[in-house]
Amino acid sequence: MWASFICWWTQDQAEQFFRSGHTNNWAVLVCTSRFWFNYRHVANTLSVYRSVKRLGIPDSHIVLMLADDMACNPRNPKPATVFSHKNMELNVYGDDVEVDYRSYEVTVENFLRVLTGRIPPSTPRSKRLLSDDRSNILIYMTGHGGNGFLKFQDSEEITNIELADAFEQMWQKRRYNELLFIIDTCQGASMYERFYSPNIMALASSQVGEDSLSHQPDPAIGVHLMDRYTFYVLEFLEEINPDSQTNMNDLFQVCPKSLCVSTPGHRTDLFQRDPKNVLITDFFGSVRKVEITTETISLQRDSGIMESSHEEGQRDEELMEPLKYAEQLPVAQIIHQKPKLKDWHPPGGFILGLWALIIMVFFKTYGIKHMKFIF
Amino acid sequence: MGLLSDPVRRRALARLVLRLNAPLCVLSYVAGITWFLALAFPPLTQRTYMSENAMGSTMVEEQFVGGDRARGFARDFAAHRRKSGALPVAWLERTMQSVGLEVYTQSFSRQLPFPDETHERYMVSGTNVYGILRAPRAASTESLVLTVPCSSDSTNNQAVGLLLALAAHFRGQIYWAKDIIFLVTEHDLLGTEAWLEAYHDVNVTGIQSSPLQGRAGAIQAAVALELSSDVVTSLDVAVEGLNGQLPNLDLLNLFQTFCQKGGLLCTLQGKLQSQDWTSLDGPLQGLQTLLLMVLRQASGRPHGPHGLFLRYRVEALTLRGINSFRQYKYDLVAVGKTLEGMFRKLNHLLERLHQSFFLYLLPALSRFVSIGLYMPAAGFLLLVLGLKALELWMQLHEAGVGLEETGGGSGPSALHPPAQGVGLTSLVAPLLISQAMGVALYILPVLGQHVATQHFPVAEAEAVVLTLLAIYAAGLALPHSTHWVVSPQAPDRGWMALKLVALIYLALQLGCIALTNFSLGFLLAATMVPTAAVTKPHGPRPLYAALLVLTSPAATLLGSLFLWRELQEAPLSLAEGWQLFLTALAQGVLEHYTYGALLFPLLALGLYPCWLLFWNVLFWK
Repeated sequence: MWASFICWWTQDQAEQFFRSGHTNNWAVLVCTSRFWFNYRHVANTLSVYRSVKRLGIPDSHIVLMLADDMACNPRNPKPATVFSHKNMELNVYGDDVEVDYRSYEVTVENFLRVLTGRIPPSTPRSKRLLSDDRSNILIYMTGHGGNGFLKFQDSEEITNIELADAFEQMWQKRRYNELLFIIDTCQGASMYERFYSPNIMALASSQVGEDSLSHQPDPAIGVHLMDRYTFYVLEFLEEINPDSQTNMNDLFQVCPKSLCVSTPGHRTDLFQRDPKNVLITDFFGSVRKVEITTETISLQRDSGIMESSHEEGQRDEELMEPLKYAEQLPVAQIIHQKPKLKDWHPPGGFILGLWALIIMVFFKTYGIKHMKFIF
Repeated sequence: MGLLSDPVRRRALARLVLRLNAPLCVLSYVAGITWFLALAFPPLTQRTYMSENAMGSTMVEEQFVGGDRARGFARDFAAHRRKSGALPVAWLERTMQSVGLEVYTQSFSRQLPFPDETHERYMVSGTNVYGILRAPRAASTESLVLTVPCSSDSTNNQAVGLLLALAAHFRGQIYWAKDIIFLVTEHDLLGTEAWLEAYHDVNVTGIQSSPLQGRAGAIQAAVALELSSDVVTSLDVAVEGLNGQLPNLDLLNLFQTFCQKGGLLCTLQGKLQSQDWTSLDGPLQGLQTLLLMVLRQASGRPHGPHGLFLRYRVEALTLRGINSFRQYKYDLVAVGKTLEGMFRKLNHLLERLHQSFFLYLLPALSRFVSIGLYMPAAGFLLLVLGLKALELWMQLHEAGVGLEETGGGSGPSALHPPAQGVGLTSLVAPLLISQAMGVALYILPVLGQHVATQHFPVAEAEAVVLTLLAIYAAGLALPHSTHWVVSPQAPDRGWMALKLVALIYLALQLGCIALTNFSLGFLLAATMVPTAAVTKPHGPRPLYAALLVLTSPAATLLGSLFLWRELQEAPLSLAEGWQLFLTALAQGVLEHYTYGALLFPLLALGLYPCWLLFWNVLFWK
């Protein structure tokens, strides 16, 4: 009886082993603003980069897009460093940062090409997102944004519709298993409103109509060092290590309104799994699943694992049907109007005939000499 | 038919306009003056705010501690200056080099059109000394300037000392993205003008300056410092520049933020800032400050080196340290920290200051009135001129129509050409003669000063001023002489045509002036418009003549001098006022030749002939 219990237990663990569907992790970290007074956006992105590296995702699986004019800016009193805390404890720039898209290469076109994989053949490998259908991707964006758009480097914008379409292209090209989208800008929640592809979970630092505020003003450097939401997310992530069992529900509680002043939001309706079953390390870390057992486990083909995956497949199909291509420009939703009742117009030919009749009668009655009063 | 093409309706409309015209004019004038006085009160003033994103909301911490070093430099400078009598150029060069700057000098010379009595100079030659602190990690494309004007009568020793100590402190920092130029000029504003002209490679004022050897890129902002004592009780800021130009409001906001941060007492126009804007005290004090600013801006003088920088679209301020009898004093470290903070913030700029207002009025250091809110005052005043011109046009046309009707069936063409023909010739003569008087007023005083000194026992400056006044007064005798030129059969209505032309001319001039220098435009409009509107040959001539003389440009200048001193709580007696008036006239002419100030030519060539036209209208026969 004891042996059968252990057998059941290891089988259960083995089943749990394959619980999440991903086998590799990627991260795309984007800072969309440049100039010295946007120091905090670069510090935000680099802090997330540090955490993600610490939890195991290697540089080869991170696409880092930065304006990168902070560390070597002539105004930086501490050259070659970027600090995220005014205690200057941690230089998040470090000496092993690998920026893949720097300075003017951070454009909307490059970002979308990275996501969708439509990249010219000459692009180096470090600039590509080589994900497959078993990849969990973390996408973190920060910068200046508004209702429905995110500003890229003072010259262009990406709209929430373009972003949603890019994610749909990724889904159709089987470029991700699950996607976690975090955005820290003003009115960030507007950016995830239009997503319609499955398996996407989104978090934003503020709702539509709210501004995300900055944190940590540093008089020695003369700029704000971090944004509030990312600061508290980072505090939260500092306590995560590769074997943490903390789940997404805890991440949703990070930075309540009392600390953040804005109201962070999240969206989970497109996600298949329950957020409480999703580990933080599913997205932020690259956990190699290695378990050492002294028992041999026979993985049954038609029970346990295959069944669960078949069930998942069925669930997938069931869930996939209701999903359809969202309306590209739902005007009624945007303008919040009731559709107007169209008035009935008589058909065109009838009107033409009526006017011809009127003109004929006019000339018949008054004669042709009255033409000069008209022309 | 249309309203304007139907003769019956048109006559009715004309009668309506003529009936309502006088009350409308009075109402409009009163509205204009009231609007102006209301500018200091809360709905029309707003709190200032920082518009430039790059200068941001974070404060920087200042680390300047070189107060003793500054005082040491100041003492050395004073000693060397006493010894050499002029600017100790060699000492300055040595000291700037020891502090670590790239040092260059520039010599300049200028012969003034006539000797300057206030500064006691005639043939001026001097040397400017400037040191450039290069940005350690940036290309030298942009620069900031800290300048101290030195002249023989104003001792600015402590300012030079502070400049050198700040240069030493700045040299040790690595966060500069723009070059910083530390400029010490001789003969204060003349030196500054020479340096600026050589820097920008232009020659606007005829000063001879040697070309600059060292250059640092486009100047983004400049701060001028005048300090004459080791401790100060307050810092006064001057914003009005040459021809009434103003720096971008963001620069003033920057200064004010640092005043608040350092707890410094900062004044505007020499007046303390009232904190209480909810009751009536604050706005009333604001009104005094506003009037002072209007008077200073209208004079068009550069009230400090910053005024000359503004012409090249370099935002600049002048800070003056005032040492009064207050108890709480600030030392050089406090002033140095303010300057350090300002320069550090200006260092963050990526573009020129352009986000905030360029045209504004300041009732207080933390309140401003934007152009959109103060322009209606000038608009109402000019409306009076427009209404009067419209009335005259209708009266002239009615007179023409009346002649038509009495002329009967014979076509109107027989009567029109004579009426119009006489109108034109009777207009051209007064116009030409008035303009010629204006040209004489502009050219003759400076041209004829040597002739005058030969025949009369006066100095050149006095000769210029007295010639000016003489030609001005001679214009009053014109109407008696122009009648020789005008054809004797000038019709009775000819004065209407002349007044119409004069009103339009005045409105055009005042309108154009008000756009660039609102204060000057408003001041002249407030005095000239009512008398211009009521002047006519019929009625009490002595009264109208007195009114017209009292509102002529020269009398406005005299009156505003009295008002200015009254507002500064140092009222003048009549004799003192007259002396000040003569000095102001001399300074006005001189500044036109040395800096290109436009008040003198505007008044001589533009407003004085216009006023003479009204004088001609008054004495029409």
